[in-house]
Amino acid sequence: MLRKIRIVLAAVSITLVTLLFLDFTGTLHHWFGWLAKIQFLPALLALNAGVTAALVAITLLFGRVYCSLICPLGIMQDIFARFGRMRRKYRYSYSPALTVLRLVMLALMAASIILGISAIVVLLAPYSAYGRIAGNLLAPVWMLGNNALAVVAERAESYAFYSVDVWIKSGLSIAVAAVTLIALGILSWKNGRTYCNTICPVGTILGYLSRFSLLRPVIDTSKCNACGLCERNCKAACIDSKQHKIDYTRCVACMNCIDTCRHGAISYTRRYSKTAGADPSQRRSFIATAAALGTTAALQAQEKTVDGGLAAITDKQRPERRTPIVPPGAKSIKHLSNHCTACQLCVAACPNGVLRPSTDLTRLMQPESSYERGYCRPECTRCSEVCPAGAITPVTREEKTAVQIGHAVWVADNCVPLTDGVECGNCARHCPAGAIQMVASDPQDTDSPKIPVVNTARCIGCGACENLCPARPFSAIYVEGYEKHRIN
Amino acid sequence: MKTNDISRREFLRRVGLGAAAVTAASIPGCSPSTQNKGPQGSETAEIPTDSMTTRHNPTTGDDVSLLGYGCMRWPTIEGDPDDKLDQEEINRLVDKAIAHGVNYFDTSPAYCKGRSEEATGIALSRHPRDSYYIATKLSNFSPSTWSREAGEQMYRNSLKNLRTDHIDYMLLHAVGMGGPDNLRSRYIDNGMLDFLLAEREAGRIRNLGFSYHGDIEVFDHLLAENDRYRWDFVQIQLNYVDWHHANAEYLYGELSKRGIPAVIMEPLLGGRLANVPDHIVARLKQREPQRSVASWAFRFAGTHPGVLTVLSGMTYMDHLEDNLRSFCPLQPLDDEEMQFLYDTADLMTKFPTIPCNDCKYCMPCPYGIDIPSILLHYNRCVNEGNVPAGMQDENYAQARRAFLVGYDRAVPGLRQASHCIGCGQCAPHCPQQINIPRELHRIDQYVETLKQA
Repeated sequence: MLRKIRIVLAAVSITLVTLLFLDFTGTLHHWFGWLAKIQFLPALLALNAGVTAALVAITLLFGRVYCSLICPLGIMQDIFARFGRMRRKYRYSYSPALTVLRLVMLALMAASIILGISAIVVLLAPYSAYGRIAGNLLAPVWMLGNNALAVVAERAESYAFYSVDVWIKSGLSIAVAAVTLIALGILSWKNGRTYCNTICPVGTILGYLSRFSLLRPVIDTSKCNACGLCERNCKAACIDSKQHKIDYTRCVACMNCIDTCRHGAISYTRRYSKTAGADPSQRRSFIATAAALGTTAALQAQEKTVDGGLAAITDKQRPERRTPIVPPGAKSIKHLSNHCTACQLCVAACPNGVLRPSTDLTRLMQPESSYERGYCRPECTRCSEVCPAGAITPVTREEKTAVQIGHAVWVADNCVPLTDGVECGNCARHCPAGAIQMVASDPQDTDSPKIPVVNTARCIGCGACENLCPARPFSAIYVEGYEKHRIN
Repeated sequence: MKTNDISRREFLRRVGLGAAAVTAASIPGCSPSTQNKGPQGSETAEIPTDSMTTRHNPTTGDDVSLLGYGCMRWPTIEGDPDDKLDQEEINRLVDKAIAHGVNYFDTSPAYCKGRSEEATGIALSRHPRDSYYIATKLSNFSPSTWSREAGEQMYRNSLKNLRTDHIDYMLLHAVGMGGPDNLRSRYIDNGMLDFLLAEREAGRIRNLGFSYHGDIEVFDHLLAENDRYRWDFVQIQLNYVDWHHANAEYLYGELSKRGIPAVIMEPLLGGRLANVPDHIVARLKQREPQRSVASWAFRFAGTHPGVLTVLSGMTYMDHLEDNLRSFCPLQPLDDEEMQFLYDTADLMTKFPTIPCNDCKYCMPCPYGIDIPSILLHYNRCVNEGNVPAGMQDENYAQARRAFLVGYDRAVPGLRQASHCIGCGQCAPHCPQQINIPRELHRIDQYVETLKQA
């Protein structure tokens, strides 16, 4: 019974979290965005005391249910393990805890967070590892499916679906996601929750907390005949059936052992109770579990000779920026780097093709902005809404218009009034901050070609000018980022 | 003005068509009594093959079909990235048109990215040369073709592409655009007009005329010089909207005063008189439920007796069939019906559509903008009521979505109005004199307000 409840809740949880990464329309975030915000490491980095305390409390009450119900990477491994079990049942066995390795990984994580070595933090963060799998590997498939539906909708004159750009945002991120998926897939297929109980720092923290949990699976030695079925069915390899002992630091409260035991010798019950509770207590705990989930839910807060034809358009190329651009709300490159776990939810959510994972080692796979495909549109605050780690803090539309994330720089060599001798001014026409004016290139001659001048005091670095500049592949005006954002 | 005397050509044509009709009638399984036969001109009626209304050309004695085939909108191969023309389909259309009495085909070296003449030539050369008339133009728009040599070469190339040794109707193309200076540079100073006049003397050009857009001074000047040039015909834009709301009444009046036959272009305003706001559809259909919306425009153009032929660029077989129904034979409009159309035009001009006819003369834009698609999307949204004025509008959310999603579907992002830099290279090419950069910037600004709302 408890196992079935766990499976249902886990299925709902991983489906919704995955959809957060797939839904480019942003509708789902409105309802289920909190699912990203109750993830342990992002909440910790966001200094979200409420969520962190609630997760600690839940673990002290129920054990590591977080790892079975909330963490999408954990649930994903359960899915792989289930496939493995279809081929061979009862294939696990007890193994001693690799305590040293676990503590070393935890220490490494802690040190990396304190020292700001974000590359290690983002690689070890479990929720983010799953986010990258969903965002880099699943989302493109989802979007291609959507585009197929959009073609059908267009034929049917319906506006229900619209097509979206599918593009490779970062080859490195895709590679990391693919390696994570394959490695964890094989590992969990064969050995269940090995990763969670050796490498995962969140697993280690919650594991040592759950040693003191109120409710836990307990073996009633009077009923146990040491058949060892529970041990061979434990994907966490934490039941020592010979000794009738369970290593609670590794137990993820999956309840499989309770269902497996043919003698009713294992029950989920209070830590000091001598006798195993029967059905009534199980029902009580189910109610408690449901209530616990309820509380987490409440936490959410050219020259023309013929007619027709189209001129070929060269793709824009990314200019070399001395300082990278990070979106409004990130406050500074340092702030982003220190808080971001690189789940890339913002990258998946960005509707303008601006955010993409960085390939810079100091900010590995964390988001950065570039404007070849679109620009940071004035009405959009999507990334700041979805960020669970407080790396991109919430900003309103109005606040956004005053945050300077960089400033535009003019490149005379590319500017079409000078190169093609035509009138332009597209940058000035589209600047939402009114920071660009067109002036005569020759101060003595008012009829000379007009060129843009940028008032950096007003420029917010949104990239409208860079994106809409007709010069290709390199724009005649581009944005240099600010290390620290300024409020205008 | 329908001629009933049968020329040799007419006789041969009718005999040939009679044979075709017999073949068609012998298709098994369709007994006449069960066929869905509407009244003449209705949307489901059989199209007769022997009743095309014709008009007589006084100078060469040609009997020209009142429906002329405009060859600037030939179908393209579906999904072809380069918009290659679908020759097989063009052959089918031409065969069907000729079978129903269409004998005037109007093309140009500029049409369909310069591919129209060759495709038209291939399709027509499958029929006897004396069963149709070819009209083409000296389309020397680009300054690089203003020299005498380049002009002559363009002319000879037309003969080659059209697989013929003579042109039945030759036109100076779109004079008036760019004013008198442009006319002088293209045709007078380089001696090209003299060359064409000499070709007419030699019989290789049977009729010489010009197509007119733009500056009225040029039109008046060329007509004033009629004694010198002896224009055999003039091509003008005429339809029930332009009659009062532009200068069509004046243009037609000047031509009939001098007895010069008028060839009509844009009888449908580039399709805008087929695709009208819903309340106009209701109004027209109420009067003639069996006829298409477009048929009104064709009957309007054809009713004027000084009209030699009415050109229509028919891309699809159903366009052709619908138009054949309007002209086989023409049922002229009476005065009351004419007035009804003028009133309709007054209602229509209250709608803020942009007068783009999708002629693509503005294209290609050197910066890659798809100008006609943007303007047509905007017009479509205007007609369908999807251009909300403010958030208070009743259907604001749906209209906004329809406008924005439809915009991305109609025009790829990189070819949208936001990329128009306002260089203005398109504007002089527009026969409707639309201030294209201004309209694009206006639409772009509108899109911005919708997006930011």
